[in-house]
Amino acid sequence: MNAREKILGRIRNAQARANGAAVAAIAPRTEAVASHLALHPRGPLPPHPDNLLARFKECALKLSSDVLETGDRKEVPTLLARYLNERNLPVSGVCWPSLAGLPWSAAGLDMQPRPAKNQDLVGVTGAFCAIAETGTLMLLSGTETPATTSLLPETHVAVLDPRRIVATMEDAWDLLRREYKQPPRAVNFISGPSRTADIEQTVTLGAHGPYRVLLILAPA
Amino acid sequence: MKNNSINFKRQVTIKLADVKLQSALSRLQSRFVEGRAAVISEISDFEETRTAAAAIRDRVLNDLEHWLMHFEQQATARGAIVHWAETGADVNRIVAEIAVQHGVRTAAKSKSMVSEECGLNDALELAGVTVMETDLGEYILQLAHEAPSHIVAPVVHKNKEEISDLFAEKHQLPRKTGIAELCREAREILRPAFLNADMGISGANFLVAETGSALIVTNEGNGRLVTTLPRVHVAITGIEKVVPTLEDVTTLLRLLPRSATGQSITNYVSVLTGNKNKDDHDGPEHFHIILLDNGRSSLVGSEMQEMLRCIRCGACMNHCPVYQNIGGHAYGWVYPGPMGSILTPLLGGLEKSPDLPNASTLCGACAVVCPVKIPLPDLLRKLREKQMERGMKSRRETFMLKAWAWLALHPPVYALATKFGVRAMSLLGGKNKLLHTLPGASGWTDGRDFPAPEGLTFREIYQRRNRQ
Repeated sequence: MNAREKILGRIRNAQARANGAAVAAIAPRTEAVASHLALHPRGPLPPHPDNLLARFKECALKLSSDVLETGDRKEVPTLLARYLNERNLPVSGVCWPSLAGLPWSAAGLDMQPRPAKNQDLVGVTGAFCAIAETGTLMLLSGTETPATTSLLPETHVAVLDPRRIVATMEDAWDLLRREYKQPPRAVNFISGPSRTADIEQTVTLGAHGPYRVLLILAPA
Repeated sequence: MKNNSINFKRQVTIKLADVKLQSALSRLQSRFVEGRAAVISEISDFEETRTAAAAIRDRVLNDLEHWLMHFEQQATARGAIVHWAETGADVNRIVAEIAVQHGVRTAAKSKSMVSEECGLNDALELAGVTVMETDLGEYILQLAHEAPSHIVAPVVHKNKEEISDLFAEKHQLPRKTGIAELCREAREILRPAFLNADMGISGANFLVAETGSALIVTNEGNGRLVTTLPRVHVAITGIEKVVPTLEDVTTLLRLLPRSATGQSITNYVSVLTGNKNKDDHDGPEHFHIILLDNGRSSLVGSEMQEMLRCIRCGACMNHCPVYQNIGGHAYGWVYPGPMGSILTPLLGGLEKSPDLPNASTLCGACAVVCPVKIPLPDLLRKLREKQMERGMKSRRETFMLKAWAWLALHPPVYALATKFGVRAMSLLGGKNKLLHTLPGASGWTDGRDFPAPEGLTFREIYQRRNRQ
């Protein structure tokens, strides 16, 4: 007997003993599993915020993200250029291919539409959606949406359509189920710059991931 | 990791006298305990969420076989390879085999308490694989050749100065003194390790049966790096970590970071499903998931099953007056505090950890803060009962407990004994009304005086009132 059969066998016998029942009653349990999966009921939820955008911004700021807004997506490069210059940060980096069409060079930026490498200091991504409850971004990995762009550079910039802000993570899962058959290789929820409190429980921003996260809200 | 919990009492004496440790532990209380208190109020009904979380865990544990099989089926369908391990040694063997299969020479690892159970790093080094811990705390411990002393904040026992000295010695760089500088130095030293590793090793906070995914929560981003850059990813976790659906895991995620570090959410929550697609630029080509039993299945269906609800937040230890005074190393194995005082004897053998079930005042703080409502004091009490039943208590303790039981079953004798006992102790207490020694209870009076009783016994007062 291999380890799998031994472990599952021990669990099966223990549960049968505990229920005082024969091992045979498997069918109704398989059914219970299937019905829970089909219904995937939600647990207790926080109250729905009156204003998703306001709630999202408030929580994102609390998590040390920076937030900028514009009504025109073409303005994104200008906003980003100003943000980087104010902080003396490098003005070149990489972006997701879907954002390659924005007028980066007109704003004095050099954004290469390719996955990030170690030496890239600015990474610009989109987002699948965002969650108002915690001020969190939800990113899906994929050929056109590499995961490294939000991870390796010291500055992560996410361009987000405010209409893609949902109330809770549960709403985000429903959106994912509606638009995709199954989750991609990696679903990454990002809530501000990477941090550690391992030394003397003192929070320090910029551990192994980005030092800063800038959210630019701009309608698609 | 070797179970050294047999030496608990000796370790306690050492830890209580350790001034540096005592100041480190006080920080834990201010950051984590106060942090949690501040952030749980964000949830409109924290109690209701705890109840739901406990029910989610029970749903899985009451039908663990089916949920595990469903998880395995879904994970396999997406291209992951699921391995089953009965013991820590089996995990080590499986990881070493995966390393050979894929020609792995270096591995980058994010924090995994299950891998600490197995002693994985030493085993891999023996198999010729260089392992680099990348969680800042675990990296510091690897440099210092020490074990974690807390399941969430593994290096809580060390202060900044010790870490400065350690980095200066091991990195051969000018000594840094600021915490931000130390973090930057570790980042720069570790970045090449992520980029060059052939294999990434992680734990999994949860396994989602619905999608066959491994879910990892991290703050530093190292968990994302080790599961994104290397061509092989191995996730190691316990068989009890399965959760049915994405909704269920979301309920648990409202509680885990709040209970652990006082955060409303960790910086990163990664839900990892299967291998990278053909055209993807990143992600592992091979994804292995190892499910470890190591004694967990023996708790299923038993009176201790509730312990398997545990989601490893560490709130019980943060709030435990015993942990707060002795730290994690005294407990002698991977898991300290109340949850460790139960898990260590259950997974490693009660006879090897006789003191752990008794390392609690049963004050109940752990049960109050536990996000999945594990009745920790009840489980500790059950372990104490087992020790009594199996004759594992010392002869003196057994005698005293029997004498007490006899007395309690004979009320007139009890009344008489307490009547004279109280008066005798009151006399011995003298002017300060304190007893410096008590026969048979030197363990108590060695560290503090016993307040001498004053006046009458409860029974005497009660009788007098009834007469009036």
